[in-house]
Amino acid sequence: MRNIWTIARREYNHYFASPIAYVVAFVILLTLGFIFGLVVYGAFQAAISGGFGGGAPAAPGIDWMGSTFNFLLMLTIPALTMRLVSDENRTGTMELLLTAPIRDWELILGKWLGGFLFVLTILAITLVYPIILNSLETPGIDQRLMMVTYLSVILLSGAYLALGVGISSIFSNQIAAMFATLGLFIFLWWLIGFPANYLQNGADVFNYLSTTTHLNSLYNGTINLSDIVYFLSLTALGLFTGTAAIETRRWN
Amino acid sequence: MIRVEGLTKDYGARRALSDLSFEAGQGEIVGFLGPNGAGKTTTMRILTCYMPPTDGSATVAGYDVVTESLEVRKRVGYMPETVPLYTDMTALDYLKFMADLRQIPDSRERAFETLEMVGLESRANSFIGSLSKGMRQRVGLAQALIHQPEVLILDEPTIGLDPSQVVEVRNIIREIGKQRTVLLSTHILSEAQQICDRVLIINKGKIVAEDTPENLQARLVGSERVALRVRGDSDGLSKLLLKIKGIQSVNNAPDGSVEFQFAPGQDVRPQVAKTVVNSGYELLEMRPVGMSLEEIFLELTREDAHRGKK
Repeated sequence: MRNIWTIARREYNHYFASPIAYVVAFVILLTLGFIFGLVVYGAFQAAISGGFGGGAPAAPGIDWMGSTFNFLLMLTIPALTMRLVSDENRTGTMELLLTAPIRDWELILGKWLGGFLFVLTILAITLVYPIILNSLETPGIDQRLMMVTYLSVILLSGAYLALGVGISSIFSNQIAAMFATLGLFIFLWWLIGFPANYLQNGADVFNYLSTTTHLNSLYNGTINLSDIVYFLSLTALGLFTGTAAIETRRWN
Repeated sequence: MIRVEGLTKDYGARRALSDLSFEAGQGEIVGFLGPNGAGKTTTMRILTCYMPPTDGSATVAGYDVVTESLEVRKRVGYMPETVPLYTDMTALDYLKFMADLRQIPDSRERAFETLEMVGLESRANSFIGSLSKGMRQRVGLAQALIHQPEVLILDEPTIGLDPSQVVEVRNIIREIGKQRTVLLSTHILSEAQQICDRVLIINKGKIVAEDTPENLQARLVGSERVALRVRGDSDGLSKLLLKIKGIQSVNNAPDGSVEFQFAPGQDVRPQVAKTVVNSGYELLEMRPVGMSLEEIFLELTREDAHRGKK
């Protein structure tokens, strides 16, 4: 376990020395902040004009947050994971890691954990938006929806980071790893759901495989076991791919 | 400490190692000598559990490299030839990271001590990317030494160092080699001669010779060679020498001296001296000519190449 932590800490610290990680954090926080500003401004305008229908204006919720946050993560996680393992392959530092007393899966899990902690750091900063909204309103925002929104962010980033690490292990070029990861995400996010619109039978399978289906289900504020299993399965698949890729490299 | 039996490694269709066997004991420095592509790095990578062999077995510190890989890795310090390091870390942070991976308590103190050992304590907080090649080489060595391993495996440890650093690194290796097992590869023959207790000459994935540097010389020469120098013309000297009983061959060396060979144990030097002086030559010098490790090496690898063609 200590090995996983040692690897994770190095990767986590490395993010703070890399411009890419700052750009990612900046893009996510700026976009969320911008939308947050619009939401608050819109609600303020509605409040002073009294609304069109004359009724009481709706208090701004945080239903906008989950979809935006997850979409941004889908676009930026490839940049966070691309070099995690591929760079070790390229520079040869993998040789020292593989000859150190550390298991292959510990290495992969440590790499993943490093990225996950970085996303959690960004997530912690975004907590200011719901906290501000909550203080502006009485009786406050829908706490349950907020929890589920953050749960969806945690599940998605865990799964997509694992897939990114897995793909990074296959490559020794980080740009190749990034585009392969992004391609896979686009496939899981949009493309895989398309056949469901045309098929008579088996539409459920494609719907189940689509990330969007599971995120939408979470945005409704309901926690289904099948959604959690979906994301945890993807996480396991990514970590397994990474470990297998390292082992394959050894035997070649 | 290291036992290798019938080690074979194929890269696709190319055989990099074929049926390699050797042993190295505690307190022994074993040199791995061979031309590029001979299989030195491949052997080291198998011994450090970087990759498994195709066939054969290897045990390091009593553990099998395939089935007990983690135990082997705990006990081995390894410096790869290219010395891959994280250039974005400081030397001290990097060594602390490697110490943490090896579960060393007080990793920061140990990292600093190891830096002192390789003489880099003044650059502890420099980024590895800003260090010179020789300094990086020493960080690589420090990384291999940090857990005080029972077995040290060094791939070309002195390559790219300046002469004074080479001496330092050799001294460190010699010091460690007193209690532990060191396997190092080199293509610098004088280095093998200076620091190794035993030399393995490897070519095309096979061991072609194995002995102490001194014995290798003695064994391979097969006859003793002596160079003779006289004042002035040495014409006719060759014919004169050939008449002496026990001399196997005579030839003129390019520097004007005459070299003759005789079987070991039949020292003909007194007769030679007498004959030369009695024939009116002024004898200036008579000295034994050893076969250098370079010549042995070339000889062995050439023989092997010939055999390969047949």
